[in-house]
Order: sequence, then C-alpha cells, then structure tokens
Amino acid sequence: MNNVKTLEKITYKQPTMLFDQFDPREDKILRIIDNDGEVINKELMPDLDDEILIKSYKSMLFARTVDQMAVSYQRQGRMYTYPPILGQEAIQIAAGLIIREDDWLAPAFREMAIMLAKGVTPKEIFLYYMGNEQGSKFSKANHVLPICVPIGSQLLHATGIGYSINYQHKDEVVFTYVGDGGTSEGDFSEALNFAGVWKVPVIYTIQNNQYAISVSVKNQTKSVNLAVKSLAFGIPGIKVDGNDFFAMYAAYKEAFDYARAGNGAILIEALTYRKGAHTTSDDPSKYRTKEEELEWDKTDPLVRLKKYMDKNGIWVENEEALIEEYKLEVDKQFTEAENFTPYPLDDIFQYMYVDMPDVLKRQKTDYEQFQNWKESRK
Amino acid sequence: MSVMTIVQAINNALDIKLEEDKTVVIYGEDTGKEGGVFRVTEGLQKKYGVERVFDSPLAESAIVGAGLGMALSGLRPVVELQFDGFTYPAFNQIISNVSRMHNRSRGMYNVPMVIRFPYGGGINALEHHSESPEALYAHIPGIKVVIPSTPHDAKGLLIAAIESDDPVIFMEPKRIYRAIKQEVADEKFSIPLGKAKVLNEGTDVTVVAFGAMIRECQKAIVMAKEAGISVELIDLRTIYPIDKETIAESIKKTGRFVIVAEAPESFSVGAELMAIANEEAFLYLEAPPKRIMGFDTIVPLAKGEPMYMITPDRIFYEIERTVKF
Repeated sequence: MNNVKTLEKITYKQPTMLFDQFDPREDKILRIIDNDGEVINKELMPDLDDEILIKSYKSMLFARTVDQMAVSYQRQGRMYTYPPILGQEAIQIAAGLIIREDDWLAPAFREMAIMLAKGVTPKEIFLYYMGNEQGSKFSKANHVLPICVPIGSQLLHATGIGYSINYQHKDEVVFTYVGDGGTSEGDFSEALNFAGVWKVPVIYTIQNNQYAISVSVKNQTKSVNLAVKSLAFGIPGIKVDGNDFFAMYAAYKEAFDYARAGNGAILIEALTYRKGAHTTSDDPSKYRTKEEELEWDKTDPLVRLKKYMDKNGIWVENEEALIEEYKLEVDKQFTEAENFTPYPLDDIFQYMYVDMPDVLKRQKTDYEQFQNWKESRK
Repeated sequence: MSVMTIVQAINNALDIKLEEDKTVVIYGEDTGKEGGVFRVTEGLQKKYGVERVFDSPLAESAIVGAGLGMALSGLRPVVELQFDGFTYPAFNQIISNVSRMHNRSRGMYNVPMVIRFPYGGGINALEHHSESPEALYAHIPGIKVVIPSTPHDAKGLLIAAIESDDPVIFMEPKRIYRAIKQEVADEKFSIPLGKAKVLNEGTDVTVVAFGAMIRECQKAIVMAKEAGISVELIDLRTIYPIDKETIAESIKKTGRFVIVAEAPESFSVGAELMAIANEEAFLYLEAPPKRIMGFDTIVPLAKGEPMYMITPDRIFYEIERTVKF
C-alpha cells in the first residue's frame, strides 16, 4: 500500500486563483459579503462600478417581478404550471453580466433570470407556460436552448456544444445549469467526464437550492458538498455562496476567463435556497419548516446586495416607483402573450421534421376533415 | 465501380462525407484508433485526424447527448453505438431530446445527426449483441430509422442520412456486414430516405423484409419459384417514414402478404405493415397476411439461436401456406 499517495492538492495553473483557494474537499465556501451587506473578504471583492451594481440590482428586481407575477398569473388560472426562481436571482444575474451574445446557454428549467439576461423576453416565457411552444422560439436571444425538463440531460448538450466550439476554433463559452437533485443523474457524471476528456469551454453550475422537489440535498449524496464531485473528473470545482452577488460574479469571472483561455471545463456549486415551491403544483409546507424558511430569508440575495449598496451610498432612485413600472411592463408582455395568435393545427405537425413524412400530412388532413365535419354540424 | 462489403461501403460513405464536409465528425467507443469493433471506421482517423474521428469515453447517453449538442452548434456528428443491445442507455437522450429539439425550439434548431449501430442476430453472440430494436426507435416521433440490406444501399442511404437535417438512426445488419459483396459506384451518390425498393417482381405474393432478412428471403424465393410461386420481394430500406405506397400497390397486385423480420412479433414493424395492409389494401386481400418474425422472447444464445433465426425454408413454408390459403 505504500505506493498509494494521499490526495495531493490539485493546483490549477492561472487564472484559477479562487478555485485554488477554496478547495471543495475542505468544504470551503467563497463568500464576499455577509447577510448584512458587509464586505468580509476585501481582497476578493470584484471591481464593479456603481452603475453596473445598480443595473444588476435592477435586473434582479425585474426578474423577481416577472417571477412573482408569473406565480400570480398561474394562481389566477391564466397560466399553467410554472417553476419559480425566487431566491436564486444573484446566481443568474451575475452570470448574465458575463455571458456574451454568442456564448451559449443550455438551461434546465429554473433559469428564467439568466434567460432574460440573454435576451429572452418575459412574453416568450409566459407564452411557453401558457402552453405554447412558440415561447421557446426566442426572437432576440442568440444561442439559447429551450428549457430542458428531463433532469440533467441538458448538461450533455452543453458538453457537445463545447466540443463544437473547440473544433470550430470559436471564441464562445457555454453556460449550463442543473439542480442539486440533478447531480445524482448519470448524465451529470457523464457530462463532466466527457468535459474533462474533451477540455471543453463549459461552465457547469449547480444551483443547489437545497431541495429536489421534496428531497433534501442531505438525502441526495454522501459527498461533503456537490462541488467536490468535479475533482473525480479532473476539472476544478468551487462552492460559492449563491446568494452573494459579488461571490457569484467573482467565481463566474474566473471560470469564464479559465474556460475561454482554453483550459477546459469548470464546475460551480452555487449554494442557495428555493424560496418558492418546486412548481406551482407543489406545496413546500409538506416537507420543510417555516423556521428553516425564515432562516434562509436572512440570506436573500436582493436584500443583501441592497444592504451593501445602502451602506456604500449607492442609491437606486425611487425603488417603489421602479417596481410599479416593472409591473406595468410585465403585465403588458403578459397581455401580449395572452393575445398571441391561437395555436394552429399546423404547429403540432410542422416542426417535427425538417422534411415532413407523408404520414404526418395524412394525419393532419384526417383531423382537418373531422374539424370540417364538426363545423358543418354547428 | 469497386466490389465492396457492407462494412466497406459504409466506410466509403463516411470517407466521402468526411472529405467533402468539414462539419462531419465521427466518434463512439473504439471508433478512432481501432476503427470500431467491426472495423467500419478503420483508417478514417489516420486520414482525417483525431479531432474528426475519435474514441469517446464509454457512455452511450453522453455519446448521443453530446452529439446533439454538436448538431445544434454547427456540426454533423455521426456517432456509433457499439451494439444494438447497448443503445438503451442513450434511449433517454434519443426519445427526450434528439427527436424533439427541432419541435421544442419551433424550428430554431435542426438536429443533423446520425446514430449508427450494428443490429440483429445470427452471429452466435453474447447476450445484448443480437437484438433488433427498430420498432422501439421507429415509434419515436421526430427521428427517421434506416436499415440497408446491401453494400450499394448502405452507401447511398448513409450519405442521405448524413445529409439529412433530421436525426437518423442507421441500423446496420451485422450478420451480413461482410457476407455480401457487390459492385458499388466509387463516386458519391445518395438514395432518398423513405423509399422502399422492389427487389423482385412477382404476381402471387408480396414479401416485405429488410436488413439481413432480405438475403434469407431471396433464398426462399428460389424455393418458391421451383414450386411455381411468383414472389414480389420488397426491401423497406427506411423503416420510418415507411413507404406505404410501394407496399400497398404490391399487395393490391398480388392479394397476398408475408412479412419477414427478426424482431419480436408483437407491437413490431410487422404490426405496422399489417396495419398498412388493412388500411390501404383491405379489399384486395385474398388470404390473411402472415408475419414471420422473432418470438416474443430474448434472442437465445448460440445453442438456441438457430431455432429463433428465420431460415429460408421457414419463409418458403409460410409463403406456400399463404398462397394456398
């Protein structure tokens, strides 16, 4: 046994300073501001000017408005099942600051804020959850894949896109997301394993929001954390306070530079809390306590960033009026989605294939004949 | 023209597409250095480099899922899964993502990818190496399923599959990979997907088959001819979309219908062909259509396999019964 070495610290040559400092095996967590908005890690504080902070705060506020109104529309029966992102805004808006137009986004289904940052419109998001796939045909967002519901399966698409980027020598980076539950899927391991071997420019983010529907992350894995899983695949991983906007920005900035420079893939575990339900069909009171929720409320990413800004004299003018303005805008887009052209029969068939088989044409014609018959009886 | 086996014809098709289209990449388990366990991709890595023809880690879901990512971002991946019975770990990616991305994105993304794998029994193999899962894949909306039966067709259909903007599952009859040799044009040609081929014109009975069963049917036709029965043999070539017209026209002409396929009979391509006979040629049938297919069992290991595999004499036996009905 004397040739079995103890695990040595893996050193990732620049520019992964942060990833070296916060070894997930020691369960270290990257955190820059505390719950009161105090800077607790000055030397890691990213250099972001006031304007960018205000813009980011507003983006988080806008995403939160869209999210809360979506839940409300669903409650009013004007929209179907919707998965809220409440509490996870900092992760996605921090990434949104970094992701460029040609960079790729392979989302799961709780990534509405970064989708907005990429140029997806609230109208498109609403349209989708009203039950129209046209909402996934993003008119203004480049290189965004539609939401992917089968857990973890999107990670492999990101890996493949990463291969394409290398192969075509493009200056692009892929951002992809999975939840804590998704890390138990085979596709998670396969995606990271292929990513390591292929050295792809992909940033894999685990939004560890503590629950996979009702199952706590404690029952999901025996690993000390989720970031540590990256080490098995030979890629850097880091655990970050996902409700700390600055920590998320710092981690993403470094991950982005690392991936873009051709060093390969990287894994970020963003520790957060799903403040809302899994979806509008879920009732979290069945599996978690009010006390726990209140405890996590103290870490709310918007409140924390706001506290920091207040302390440092960075003001968002007239926030209440701003929220009203956002509500009007969101409602306008919701109304547009409600008034979207009725779903044509053609849409069921025409996108199944580029080259549509005759059998689909026949099935459509059969149905049209039935419709005509029905019409004639009115 | 060159004399080629199916293996050589597929290799030739891949070679042509790699040569003319820089977006084509090939990978799978052992597909790089070794050229695949059946040597289908032999020599291609040497010719086109490790970025275009390579070995991937061993994980079928990732081979297909990553291939989808490549297809969405400008490449035309042709991925190989090693055996029919090893395709199932990739099933979720195929049924949940590959087949749906075009529809899910409302046409924003195309999925020009080919998933190749050897299929079928008759080679005394281990478990999981003799299966015919074409119906599993043909049942999935959004993909096309192709099975060649000759070197010529293998080349032309594979080129069409690679050039298709829809995802194609390309199943290769491993039993006849090297058993058939044929003159195949050296230059590029393609055979349209979705078109069956009448291999033998006849008047008494229509026989529909595909893949390795074509050769068995051809032997049965010789026996039938000696017995004075004229058989029309149709090679499906594409399982989905299935060529209803060619099949229905033939049944209308002969009034009798026999289906030959290796896969388990229930809920099979044979069942679909039965439906076509009923829907398109009901009033022309002079005898009940007959399926000669695999049992609803696991393909037995070598000692039991000869009873499972469909032989020319069994095909002839059923042809004669159908004609004499």
